Amino acid sequence: MKNPADTLAVEALSLTKIYGSGNTEVVGMKEVSLSLGKGEIVALLGPSGSGKSTFLTALGLINPPTSGQIRLGGQTVMDGPKELVDVRAYRRQHLGFVFQKANLIPFLNAWENVAVAMELNGVPSSLAKERAMELLEYLGVSDRAANHPNELSGGQQQRVAVARALANRPSLILADEPTAALDSYRGRQVMELFQKVAREQGAAVVVVTHDHRSLDVFDKTYEMEDGKLSEGIIGSHHTSSPR
Amino acid sequence: MNLALKDIRYNLGRFVLTAVGIGLLLMVVMGMGGIYRGLLREATLLVESIGADLWIVQGGSRGPFAEISRIPSSVEDRVRTVPGLTGVRRFLSHTIQREHGGRQLRMVVQGLSWPEDRGQWIPLVAGRPLSQAHYEIVVDRSLGLELGARVRLGKDDYRVVGITSGMVGTGGDGIAFFTVGDAQAIQFDVPAEATRIERLLRRGRVEEHELGRLTPRLLDRAVGEAAGIPALAPPPVSAVIASVAPGADPAQVAAEIARWPDVTVYTREQQIELLVSGMVDKAKRQLGLFRVVLVIISTIIMALIIYTLTLDKIHDIAMLKLMGAKNGAIIGLILQQSLLIGGIGYLLAWWLGNYAFPRFPRLVVIEPGDMLVLAGVVVLNSVLASLLGITKAMSVEPSKVLS
Repeated sequence: MKNPADTLAVEALSLTKIYGSGNTEVVGMKEVSLSLGKGEIVALLGPSGSGKSTFLTALGLINPPTSGQIRLGGQTVMDGPKELVDVRAYRRQHLGFVFQKANLIPFLNAWENVAVAMELNGVPSSLAKERAMELLEYLGVSDRAANHPNELSGGQQQRVAVARALANRPSLILADEPTAALDSYRGRQVMELFQKVAREQGAAVVVVTHDHRSLDVFDKTYEMEDGKLSEGIIGSHHTSSPR
Repeated sequence: MNLALKDIRYNLGRFVLTAVGIGLLLMVVMGMGGIYRGLLREATLLVESIGADLWIVQGGSRGPFAEISRIPSSVEDRVRTVPGLTGVRRFLSHTIQREHGGRQLRMVVQGLSWPEDRGQWIPLVAGRPLSQAHYEIVVDRSLGLELGARVRLGKDDYRVVGITSGMVGTGGDGIAFFTVGDAQAIQFDVPAEATRIERLLRRGRVEEHELGRLTPRLLDRAVGEAAGIPALAPPPVSAVIASVAPGADPAQVAAEIARWPDVTVYTREQQIELLVSGMVDKAKRQLGLFRVVLVIISTIIMALIIYTLTLDKIHDIAMLKLMGAKNGAIIGLILQQSLLIGGIGYLLAWWLGNYAFPRFPRLVVIEPGDMLVLAGVVVLNSVLASLLGITKAMSVEPSKVLS
């Protein structure tokens, strides 16, 4: 059941995000800390507006925190709003994203959508295509490799999006409600896919979800409420407290 | 992977339509330049073709292409006496518009100084030069007259014996080459009744004059042909033209004639300069301004199209940024599309122009130099047009993917 990581993939240390100032000040998250090991998969639960997406985008180096630190692979990459690395390059090389909508690029077919992530990272075209096909095979959509997104079902699109997120062998995958647009069967499939990726590829996976039916695939669950993170206890699927 | 090409292939219909629109605009820009070049060529064609080095015109006038110029035919004989000249001949040119075969026939009547000049220098596409002093013409193809056709002008019929091509006057009307005598007959033709009235008036004037009373035989002469009255000068010509003999100094010869107070002399270069700075100059500025306006319009349209195409992709651009795409990759995507639209539009304009311009009623001349300049303008336009889209793309945050 448990899959303790040998090394840390990501650490969030006392992350706080404040939007606006003065009378319009809103606290998006407050003193949130979380450590995640390689190959670990966790769920982030909570009502709308609780700060889940704020936390996820902060970890994804998209939305810098007001204070606190983010460490990836032991390296401090954000100190408050200050970027200590080239965050765009860091996202390219170390992070993978999956969203509620697949957000595939409409003018690229399935394998091109996966390969483009690698080519942006400097991987030669032929190698990128080869790995893209491998990933699509791994995720069970290789038969739709030449199809454009509008020719794929929602589940197939989401699988291609997962393949894209895996393309550069990221150390951290961030998924924001990846099954919200899918039926329960396909939603379950995607969640199991994340679990498989975490186990087999050794990536840390953080999934924001409202889908309580698939929580058994996670090593841990966390709940956010009013910008604060706490370890959730749902069924038998909980593990250690936040590090 | 070239994202710009992938996007174009996916949205081929829209891209092709855009390129066609830009191509048509560029064709108009190209055509404006071509019309100016055509005006210039048409204006100078005759002066260049006729090959004269000096133009002797009415004193104080700017020559037959700028205004009315009339000089006595006898000037030709005076010019012949000037050393260093060869090929002295009369030049007569005027435009007429007559009905022929149920349509309006507008032509430049060009007199050739028969018998020295039979039109051997005219590039013929059919037929032959003039071979007799009267009633033969060589016409430009644009006049739509067939070889052997007969055209009634004034009181005489003229037979088409030769067809030339591309010989048009400064106004773009086809030239018809007659002998000077025929050209004068056409120019000074009046109805028979007018001739009869003029003769009667002439007789009346002579009767009232002392000379008429003292010499009654003059009354008989007065009602005869004008050519039979020594006091009446023969019809004037527009100019006398001459070539400078080998070894002679054109400036010196021109200076010699310029001392005559009744005529003005121009070299071929001066005559061309007068043409260009006179009638063509305003057209040049007019067309130039239109070109500038059209270039600005095409830039704005291209910018709006590129901006719209960018807006359509803004979510994808945000996704690319989220995946860590460098700015260069995104700028490349937009810039390449802009350059491709401009480039394809340019090629389309060139292709359409080659097909359409020869069918225009006036000469449109597209020169390689102009095409090169336009290519540069298109590249600059494309870059400028992409700036709006690039600015928008650069301002997009990766977090827009989440919205």
